[in-house]
Amino acid sequence: MKEELLVTARGNELIDPSLHIWTWEVAMYLFLGGLTAGVMVFAALMTVLNKDEEAPFAAKRLALLAPLVLSAGMTTLFLDLEHKLFVYRFYTSFQITSPMSWGAWILVVIYPISIMQILSTFRSGYGFFAGFADRMTIGREILDFCERYRRQIAMVAIPFATALGIYTGILLSAFGARPFWNSGVLGPLFLVSGMSTAAALVALIARHHSEKALFTRIDLGLIVVEIALVALFLINLATGTGQQIDALQSVLGGPYTLVFWVLFVGIGLLIPLLLETLEITGVSKKLAMLAPILVLFGGYALRQIMLDAGQESSWTHYDTQYNSELLERLHEENP
Amino acid sequence: MTRFAMVIDTRTCIGCGDCVVACKTENNVPEGLNRDWVVEATSGTYPDLKTEFRSERCNHCSNPTCVTLCPTGASHLWKDTNIVLVEPEKCTGCKACIAACPYDARLVMHPDGYIDKCTFCHHRVEKGMDPACVSSCPTRCMHFGSLDDPSSEVSKLLKTREYKVLSPETGNEPNVYYLL
Amino acid sequence: MKRREFIKLSSAASAGAVVSPALMLGGCVSKPLPGTGTVTSTPTVCDMCFWKCAGDVYKEDGELWKITGNPDDLHSGGRLCTRGTGGPGAYLDRDRLRKPLMRVTVDGRQTFQEVSWDEALQFIATKMQGIADTVGPERMALLHHGAGGHHFLHLLRAFGSDSHAEPAFAQCRGPRDVGFRLTFGESASSPERTDMANARCIVLLGSHIGENLHNGQVQTLAEAINKDATLITVDPRFSVPAGKSKHWLPIKPGTDIALLLGWMNVVIEEELYDKDYVERYTIGFEQLAAHVRQYTPEWVFLETGIRPDVIRETAREMGKAAPATVVHPGRHATWYGDDTQRSRAVAILNTLLGSWNREGGFYIPEKVDMPHYPLPDYPKPKFKTGDAYPDKWPFASQGVTNGVIEASIGDDAFFKGWMVYGTNLPQTIPGAVDKLRAAADSLDLVVVVETMPSEMTGYADVILPECTFLERYDDIRNSGERHPSLALRMPAFEPLHESKPGWWIAKQLGERLGLRHYFPWNDYADKLDWELRQVGSSLEEMQKIGVKNFPRKRPLYFLEGQNVRFFTPSRKIELYSQQLADKGFDPMPVYTPPEPVPSGYYRLNYGRMPAHTFGKTTNNPLLFQLAPENQLWVNPLVANEHGLASGEYVRLASREGAISSKIRVRVTERIGPDSVFMAHGFGHKSKRLRLTAGAGADDSELMTNIKVDPIMGGTGMRGNFVTFVRQPGEGGAA
Ligand SMILES: Nc1nc2c(c(=O)[nH]1)N[C@H]1C(S)=C(S)[C@@H](COP(=O)(O)OP(=O)(O)OC[C@H]3O[C@@H](n4cnc5c(=O)[nH]c(N)nc54)[C@H](O)[C@@H]3O)O[C@H]1N2
Ligand SMILES: Nc1nc2c(c(=O)[nH]1)N[C@H]1C(S)=C(S)[C@@H](COP(=O)(O)OP(=O)(O)OC[C@H]3O[C@@H](n4cnc5c(=O)[nH]c(N)nc54)[C@H](O)[C@@H]3O)O[C@H]1N2
Ligand code: SF4
Ligand code: SF4
Ligand code: SF4
Ligand code: SF4
Ligand code: SF4
Ligand SMILES: [Mo]
Repeated sequence: MKEELLVTARGNELIDPSLHIWTWEVAMYLFLGGLTAGVMVFAALMTVLNKDEEAPFAAKRLALLAPLVLSAGMTTLFLDLEHKLFVYRFYTSFQITSPMSWGAWILVVIYPISIMQILSTFRSGYGFFAGFADRMTIGREILDFCERYRRQIAMVAIPFATALGIYTGILLSAFGARPFWNSGVLGPLFLVSGMSTAAALVALIARHHSEKALFTRIDLGLIVVEIALVALFLINLATGTGQQIDALQSVLGGPYTLVFWVLFVGIGLLIPLLLETLEITGVSKKLAMLAPILVLFGGYALRQIMLDAGQESSWTHYDTQYNSELLERLHEENP
Repeated sequence: MTRFAMVIDTRTCIGCGDCVVACKTENNVPEGLNRDWVVEATSGTYPDLKTEFRSERCNHCSNPTCVTLCPTGASHLWKDTNIVLVEPEKCTGCKACIAACPYDARLVMHPDGYIDKCTFCHHRVEKGMDPACVSSCPTRCMHFGSLDDPSSEVSKLLKTREYKVLSPETGNEPNVYYLL
Repeated sequence: MKRREFIKLSSAASAGAVVSPALMLGGCVSKPLPGTGTVTSTPTVCDMCFWKCAGDVYKEDGELWKITGNPDDLHSGGRLCTRGTGGPGAYLDRDRLRKPLMRVTVDGRQTFQEVSWDEALQFIATKMQGIADTVGPERMALLHHGAGGHHFLHLLRAFGSDSHAEPAFAQCRGPRDVGFRLTFGESASSPERTDMANARCIVLLGSHIGENLHNGQVQTLAEAINKDATLITVDPRFSVPAGKSKHWLPIKPGTDIALLLGWMNVVIEEELYDKDYVERYTIGFEQLAAHVRQYTPEWVFLETGIRPDVIRETAREMGKAAPATVVHPGRHATWYGDDTQRSRAVAILNTLLGSWNREGGFYIPEKVDMPHYPLPDYPKPKFKTGDAYPDKWPFASQGVTNGVIEASIGDDAFFKGWMVYGTNLPQTIPGAVDKLRAAADSLDLVVVVETMPSEMTGYADVILPECTFLERYDDIRNSGERHPSLALRMPAFEPLHESKPGWWIAKQLGERLGLRHYFPWNDYADKLDWELRQVGSSLEEMQKIGVKNFPRKRPLYFLEGQNVRFFTPSRKIELYSQQLADKGFDPMPVYTPPEPVPSGYYRLNYGRMPAHTFGKTTNNPLLFQLAPENQLWVNPLVANEHGLASGEYVRLASREGAISSKIRVRVTERIGPDSVFMAHGFGHKSKRLRLTAGAGADDSELMTNIKVDPIMGGTGMRGNFVTFVRQPGEGGAA
């Protein structure tokens, strides 16, 4: 028998009995960040590929969602900070080795690109609102400018949005200290998942049947790729260090097995895969609305499960001699 | 760069936890939180057994991933040493450094919102004193000093005794050593 | 599931911090580094246990900061142990007693009511006077433990009673001290006079130094390990020192006397003993040699489970290192009821090795010759403590706590009043709860002087809140040691709430009893100053330095070939004890096998954990943070059989049917399959101890099979058997 036991009580908040520093706020941020990336990429792609006709929603109106979704994500991220007044400290330095610092600065670039992306199709997509802008000279000039460079803006948006999508994965995989995250597949996986959720979103809210169909097909392809990446991720851990192999157990029999395989793989990937296949092949369209909803749900589930399982994975494995719940008595008025 | 190290003799450590209490009082560590802790590792089958006690804390790594992953520079090195500190006025409480430490040594989420951790008692080191935990240990099994000075006690101990560090595979190059 | 709940709780705690804007702003500014404010220090003598290490209490900007060892204190090596470092918690404990409390009956129900000091003291003085007037002052007994008990002993003696007892005798080192005194004419002292730092071989029987955190013992043992001394630990459990030992002898519990006799057998047969020493200093060697001839290693093996070759090898190691071999006398020696005899065996083995008062064995302790403050003689009491239980334990050299308790039950009981100081009898005297209740019902007066709302306070008529050691003067520390020294305990703070120092309480009572002339000082500082001036120091000096070391006047060890007169009837070290023979006891230790473990039961083993001193520190917020509960150590085989897992809670039932409170299981190889182990001091019932109440279990309440030592009255606590019980709806994580 081997015992590794903490013999002094430890109930450090967020750390014990296992690391649980980040909860839904960060998962939501990662999800919304990925969605933003997908939204921008598709909006840009439709421009670059001249798909105004086939995909009018994606080409002209989708871009507007990016800053809204991203801002919602930033809000949840802000909620996670423990020292909120000091949020501005992200922008008083640039730490070249910290993906989080990169992320903070990428956002600074993403916002203006995204705004320009919106403006470049504002008149065609949101004519009513554009009318207000057109009443001012400056507004008119800006809209003219963006329209003129619509293609160029889209070309710039694609790499930056892709970077944003990959970043949401790298953010986690950079933590060598968390064996579960320590895989190069996480970046591509999160990017593809983000794009898949964006495709699903379009399929869900686009009005034209042909556009819905197009994005259903795109999503189907992305889901297939995502499944491949998930497999790669698992293989990656399974063939990794001892710590990674240990960490993998959390989804292979460990506490996250059920949520990973049922919620994420089953409900988030395989069922939509099936439904979308049925839809495209024309066998059944009854559940057409359901597939994209499940994809969006799967996208969030992926972030939450990765976040939870990854935090708990660790280099240290100590049992505790004490029930650290007893320490709560220190904070109770009348324990 | 001065490399400070802590060298702890597992032959005489009895797992008493004095180092933990001394840290709490010296550094006013908020109630219920710890900057250091003691691990007991027992292997074998009764009556053929071996037990090792280890007083653990931040390793003030030569390659501190907590510092490299901090987005604001709040986690930083003290002066020109390997002592890893956190500047509360730069800390956003994003907790990246907690996740970044393979030793789970970034223990203290201060109730005021910033990260608090073992400082190697730099406020004492500065005055030429040992850290509080080291100078409290009743068995005197803890030693502190500079590895750059070949005549320091820690250098000598590492030269003459067998030792280990925790999970060297992390690549963090920890600077808390355990004599065997 | 469990994890979720914990998160919920802890995030609830943090939510408060996050939403409070004041706190958020508070976090904006870096906190100044420790020690950058105005730092002052006051000397103290630690009272977290009875080892009395000298320390310094540091304040920063007037706030308590920390307590550290006094670097000049040779007794503590300038360092405090875990509990000493946790000393601030004693002062800060929010559950401390605040005001005098008196038992009153309201609407037919008894409760405690806050009263003024004057009222409380007057009530006590009147009752005491009543006892003195009707049955005599000797019927008032003091049950005490710790430094401050002295003030009340003085009060009682002035009052005319010398009836007193402390658990440090019959529940602790009594058998050892009696056994050593019967052999050497002197005890092993407190602090123990072992010369471990210079030993080449150390033998620990039970003594789990390292878990037993008596500072000087820990430090000298560590020194010995650093010097590669041979360590031999005899313990059925893989104790902390067992893990550091060259030889760990996992003995079958209760068979130590057999092993000791076996060692004597080898030491004598193989002529490893110190012939000159034995010849010069002892009587009864021939009888001893004849007596131990029967205890061959082969025979001992059958009793103890220790292999004959190991017995021989360890005996040779001891012989080789002798006289620098310490067979440690132990401290908590009340194990199986034959403890005086076991301690005799330890003393005799040390004698054979020639280690008593020889370098690396034992040293001769020396105190500072400091006169006591001149006071009138005490009146001569008509009865001694022992007269309360005549003919019971002929060699009880001090009051026997359990004897005093039993002599307080019933209308015709010997004792009529108690003063209890610094001892928590319900936990300290195993299986005494019913007797304590009966005694409390019979007694006219029960006064409890306490710092905390301990279980004992529940039996009191009057509870007097003493301030902690950090808020008071006590007597100067002057213990017999390697280096004679004095150390001062002085107040670092004004007493919190309405608590008062023990000396003040004793003086106030004395004055109300017309004994003013026994308390001529206004402040205890006056008394201390007078005493210090007799040895060339002063209170003023001691307030600055805390500790003053004095040169030795006598040698530390016997000189080569020195002739010594021992304080025994024969003036020799008595290997054969005529004294014991005369009273009908075995003159030399005889082995009797322990009661076997009944099937389905496990032997209840217990001991110390480093973080705590008995039950007196478990509510200390600093030490509670370190160790909030005790564990039940269970061998994996046993755990398997009973389906127990680490982290779950069980209760224990003693063979006689007592049921413990819940205790967390730790499945570990460090205990054998015949026993379970827990640290003493937990399972507090007093709800007013808000941190510790209900955390862990109390070994005392499972001790329903006490073996009293017929020689001196010691409470043998190790003959108890327990099994696991799960009550409906319990088990699993709690
Ligand atoms: N931290 C801390 N330290 C303390 C105290 C405290 O409360 N807390 N209290 C102090 C006091 S007052 C005392 S008296 C001492 C007591 O401390 P010790 O004198 O060291 O206590 P023992 O009862 O001799 O030792 C307990 C050990 O005996 C072992 N044991 C049990 N049964 C047997 C047996 O049959 N044979 C043998 N050989 N060993 C056996 C147990 O497994 C355990 O390891 O500790 C002192 N030190
Ligand atoms: N079951 C079992 N029983 C045992 C033992 C065991 O191991 N197991 N060990 C035995 C041994 S070795 C010993 S020495 C005894 C110890 O027995 P005790 O000395 O009775 O030890 P505690 O239970 O800690 O009780 C001490 C009490 O003193 C109070 N106190 C603390 N500081 C002060 C102070 O400054 N002033 C006053 N007035 N009160 C104070 C505390 O609050 C506490 O209630 O127990 C013995 N009994
Ligand atoms: S104080 Fe020393 S002996 Fe005690 S646990 Fe810490 S390092 Fe070990
Ligand atoms: S132990 Fe952890 S917190 Fe300390 S320096 Fe290394 S990585 Fe950073
Ligand atoms: S919590 Fe503070 S110290 Fe840690 S990474 Fe974030 S900003 Fe840096
Ligand atoms: S070095 Fe200082 S801060 Fe670090 S554990 Fe020791 S006492 Fe605490
Ligand atoms: S041994 Fe520890 S608790 Fe006891 S007096 Fe010394 S420092 Fe205090
Ligand atoms: Mo004791």
